[in-house]
Amino acid sequence: MVGGLARSQRRWAVVFLLPMLLALGGAAGWPLLRTAMLSLTDAGLSTEGARFVGLENYLSYGPDPAAYDAGLGGYYVLDVARDADLVWRPGSDSYFNADTGQPAPAPAENTLFAWRGVLTQPAWWRAVGVTLGLAVASVLLETVLGVAMALFLARPMRGRALLRASVLVPWAIPTVVGAQLWNWMLNDQYGVLNAALIGLGLIPRGIAWTAEPGLSLLAILVADVWKTTPFIALLALAALHLVPEAVREAARVDGVGCWGMLRHITLPLIAPAVLVAVMFRAIDALRLFDLVFVMTGNSPNTATMSIYARQQMVDFQRLGFGSAASMVLVAIVALVAAVLLTLGRRRGAVL
Amino acid sequence: MNTQPPSEQHLLRRCAGALAIAVGLLLIGWLLAAPADAAPRHGVPGHGVTVSIACSSTGMDQVACREGAEAWARQSGNRVNIVSTPSSATARLALYQQFLAARAPDIDVFTIDVVWPGLLGRYLIDLGAYVDAARRAEYEPALMRNDTVDGRLVALPWFADAGVLFYRQDLLDKYHLKPPDDWAALSADAAAIQRGERAAGNARFWGYVWQGRAYEGLTCNALEWIGSFGGGSIIAADGKVDVDNPRAIAALHMARGWVGTITPPGVLNYSEEEARGVFQAGNAAFMRNWPYAWALAQGQDSAIRGKVGVAALPAGPGGRHSAVLGGWQLAVSKFSAHPKQAAALVLYLTSRAEQKRRAIAYTFNPTMPSLFDDPEVLAAAPFLGRLRPVFADAVARPSAVVKTRYNEVSAAIWTRVHAVLTGEATAAGEMRALSLELRRIGHGGRW
Repeated sequence: MVGGLARSQRRWAVVFLLPMLLALGGAAGWPLLRTAMLSLTDAGLSTEGARFVGLENYLSYGPDPAAYDAGLGGYYVLDVARDADLVWRPGSDSYFNADTGQPAPAPAENTLFAWRGVLTQPAWWRAVGVTLGLAVASVLLETVLGVAMALFLARPMRGRALLRASVLVPWAIPTVVGAQLWNWMLNDQYGVLNAALIGLGLIPRGIAWTAEPGLSLLAILVADVWKTTPFIALLALAALHLVPEAVREAARVDGVGCWGMLRHITLPLIAPAVLVAVMFRAIDALRLFDLVFVMTGNSPNTATMSIYARQQMVDFQRLGFGSAASMVLVAIVALVAAVLLTLGRRRGAVL
Repeated sequence: MNTQPPSEQHLLRRCAGALAIAVGLLLIGWLLAAPADAAPRHGVPGHGVTVSIACSSTGMDQVACREGAEAWARQSGNRVNIVSTPSSATARLALYQQFLAARAPDIDVFTIDVVWPGLLGRYLIDLGAYVDAARRAEYEPALMRNDTVDGRLVALPWFADAGVLFYRQDLLDKYHLKPPDDWAALSADAAAIQRGERAAGNARFWGYVWQGRAYEGLTCNALEWIGSFGGGSIIAADGKVDVDNPRAIAALHMARGWVGTITPPGVLNYSEEEARGVFQAGNAAFMRNWPYAWALAQGQDSAIRGKVGVAALPAGPGGRHSAVLGGWQLAVSKFSAHPKQAAALVLYLTSRAEQKRRAIAYTFNPTMPSLFDDPEVLAAAPFLGRLRPVFADAVARPSAVVKTRYNEVSAAIWTRVHAVLTGEATAAGEMRALSLELRRIGHGGRW
């Protein structure tokens, strides 16, 4: 009766898993599905009702819906060269002067018909670039720093427990609070960093770290690395404790030096765990929002994909368009996660 | 794995212990959190309701709002719940729109900006039924017109604002200067004082601070510069876009020249409170801000107490002064469960007595013209009387013309102006681009 038992166990497994699946579906599946549905409509935050527009929010070709003017009975077109207000009527497929109603020549520069949607927006691609750049730089830096920190913390020393606890503080502080702390430290007038640099005579007066286009991205990177290094350190530290002392002992007996031990024994053995941490962090970094929002707001110099999506949805009330941006963000995160997972598998990591 | 019964029992006992501790902590947390919620419930007779009011958190806004609302609660036997909202007007509007779009009844009374009635009007109740003719006549007619959307009185004016110039009287005296009447004088004075103060040892001293972050406040600053240069108001009363003109470009060119010379580069991320922080710490000679900064500059803990003066913003080359009209209104949400009590709170807070109290205690500019003649108000805030012409002539932002598109229009303005200020783009190029963008948004002036 082994088959019966297995069947019964499987049935019970389904029963026990059901609440979790329901919770997951409610907490993650439904919002995702709803966002996907919204991204196919022209829903606005405060307009009633929404029209199905297919993939228009992603990519489409045709006249700009925002240019449609019911009063004019067609699409408004600005003829820049002749400085004239025109209207293009779909039925007659020709241009008229919006003021006089007389037929007008087509504008030299065709601005009405164009590729539209989030995938054609330079601001979106700029946000993608900012996010990817920040994610790569941040994950690289915090992995190196985090592993180094873990190696240091793994050594037996006095006050180790206290040190380990204090290292975790940046990770434990809510991001919004941490971001505001950095804002104050980096303030151009009373920030402690500027005070120190002025005190050392390195700069004549405060630098506006979060306002100057070239520096604000660096400021955010530093704050993000500060916050997330403890996470990598913690996971690397846990992995370090699982490295069997016998292996290290054997290596030592064989005359392996300090550097060799690190390169050939310690790092390969903690690599799987670190890779898991890196993957978590990479996915996290691609969704970066709160830190940027608190430190530089909607500034296009530092806007990440999430900032862009929120601005479209909330500030500009374009719920459908913002949802499309969010869905592209989800796709990019999924792609990166898939690549990392494949890489991890190939390297034999336990993922 | 040890699977012997005693050990398992031990494990269970430990689990139970941990559970008990967790439940205990939850209970303590609940007890700690509960009194704040529960206390007013016991204090007042059963018939009252709780009215939630969203107050601003700029300067003394929230303190003044709380005092007024709680006074009403005591008087009427109801309760009030103060909801704090972001200091940035742009962030606050986004929050309101989320609440209202979700038809949330959580907030009954909203503090709304002078440019929002058109944008939010359809979510707000008509206060007309609660305000009699005598009361209506007390308010500034221009503000009442602003708060009437399609014949419905959607809000009542609470306090009026206009951009003003704050200056350090002590420093002007020290350098034998008068309050500057035009921008050229301001630039020269600011540079002179900055040079002198830095030479005297304050390395972080700056001449002039204002609001340069990419948000609503920058739109106000830009409208003032352009208006004072005779460059129009970006969108004229008839809806036509007028910003690609030499005067507007010259005005922006001037502002761009300040950044890094008499104005800290950090101004590109300053809103009202950051600018006030620099000025009130004694690190700036001049500041553009709203009148609320006066009461705080004169506060007990202010480094510049008794050293501050207020004047109209400097004039452009043609001798024209320009100040943007600001101010806040109180409105009742359509989704409120207690519209009657909420309207009563709005009437109380915008009443003559309460406005007088706020003018005296915090220099909030009243919305009832007669209060400008009140001797007690003038004694507490003498500049209110002196700046009366500034308030009377203040220019409204184009919200009445562009109605629901105001958000989009203002975002286009502040984005372009910000790009000029950072030096990423030229004033001429950006004003040309802004003009085309606004014409496209407004279909050539058909808002």
